[in-house]
Amino acid sequence: MAKKHALSTRIWHWINAVAIIVLFMSGLNISNAHRNLYWGEYGFDPADAWLHVIRFPGWATIPGHYNLALARDWHITMAWPFGVGVLFIWIAMLANGHFRRDLTTTPRDWTPGAVIASIRAHSGTGAGGHGHGYNPVQKILYGGVFGVLLPLMLLSGLAISPGAGGYAPWLIDLFAGRQTARSLHFIAAWGIFAFFVIHIVLALADWRLILEMFTGGRREEAPAEAPPPAPPLPDPVLAAEEGAPAHG
Amino acid sequence: MVDLPRRSLIAGIAALGATACSKINESPATKGLFKAAEDGHRALHRALASKQGMAKEFRPDQRSPTFRGNGSVTVADPFYQQQLASGFPDWRLAVTGLVEQPLALSLAEVKALPQRTQITRHDCVEGWSAIGEWQGPQLAHLLDAAKVKKEAKFIVFRCADTLYGRDYYESIDMVDAYHPQTIIAHSLNGEPLPEKNGAPLRMRIERQLGYKQAKYVKAIEAVESFDKIGQGGGGFWEDVAGYQWYAGV
Repeated sequence: MAKKHALSTRIWHWINAVAIIVLFMSGLNISNAHRNLYWGEYGFDPADAWLHVIRFPGWATIPGHYNLALARDWHITMAWPFGVGVLFIWIAMLANGHFRRDLTTTPRDWTPGAVIASIRAHSGTGAGGHGHGYNPVQKILYGGVFGVLLPLMLLSGLAISPGAGGYAPWLIDLFAGRQTARSLHFIAAWGIFAFFVIHIVLALADWRLILEMFTGGRREEAPAEAPPPAPPLPDPVLAAEEGAPAHG
Repeated sequence: MVDLPRRSLIAGIAALGATACSKINESPATKGLFKAAEDGHRALHRALASKQGMAKEFRPDQRSPTFRGNGSVTVADPFYQQQLASGFPDWRLAVTGLVEQPLALSLAEVKALPQRTQITRHDCVEGWSAIGEWQGPQLAHLLDAAKVKKEAKFIVFRCADTLYGRDYYESIDMVDAYHPQTIIAHSLNGEPLPEKNGAPLRMRIERQLGYKQAKYVKAIEAVESFDKIGQGGGGFWEDVAGYQWYAGV
């Protein structure tokens, strides 16, 4: 029986969960150091800021008091599992078919009808009936996180580092300036936070979903009206743990 | 006294959490992890960029209208103030330490060396950036003139300013010391450095953050190790606040 969540997905999920929580909270501490955001290459005058950011309180930051050095220590450290993890999960998703099976959308998935149907199905059957693939809203949301927010976070983070000027000046130009990269880093962080909240609320609706992210769960047979599942692809990570996987 | 058990419980848990967190922050294992992460970033940057990988240089019209002064913006030392008022006629830049030929250069001599002009972005650790045009000789040129000995591993910058009663200093490794954009700037946007930006001489180390850009430089010292300098962190902010010695992230 195939697992609903590949081992690679589960390992990445929990490492990434720890990483983004620490990155977000230490990032709020770093934000407190200069609470203005700018567009373009430079910016230091609050009069030029497009956004004056609030001072984030101690309970929301790592560490729990203003300490730029420690916050940067945490941020710089957790950037490693986050950054390496984003590369890892993309390679794993492409290799094991998770991306093609669950995250690629068709034009039909983007229609209002598909969105309404997804939400109706979700509230109607409860979160338990999720075994047969992702609905259009899930595909769009997860696709947006994997395809836009996580890479944007990683690349804008690299572009903010002055060392990047030495090896990837094109990266800073791609963002049209370091302060633009810094602003997008901030915006993407809140995008991930928004996803995080939705994700937690929906997962808490059915504790089995959380358990499955540890055990892997069981992938149910697709119902007849659903599109045919992707052909099986070798999954080295799964194969290593469970023998030959039976994709269904 | 009205006791609110629930509130004290919450306060207790919060205090416990805070204590646990500060224990985590101060444990040798965590410090070792932080150091490994910092070293990893440096190794990655050095692997991806060549030793000479250049920070972006801008056009004159891309400069910021002004250049913010930060950290020390004035120097209390009476000799400094007297020199500032008269154009630094008796100021000397010493090149010392592990060198075969110690130097003591006047400002005029520094300006007479081959010059490099670069319009670069200054990134403060706090997050802001400013862009200015800097001019001065390459540090490599001075180090070659002083004949740095082989055992030298770091270059330390001694500064005239004090913060919190301590002398400001900074240090970089030989890769950054010999980088083409590492210059000892005497002018900003075509004018002699203002006091707030580090008159008469300041460092530009373009692939690192602002706190590495030592201002009011009076001596450049080649050393094998900076363990015995200050508190051993390799710089003022590294000692005082625990900032990362490698400020390329």
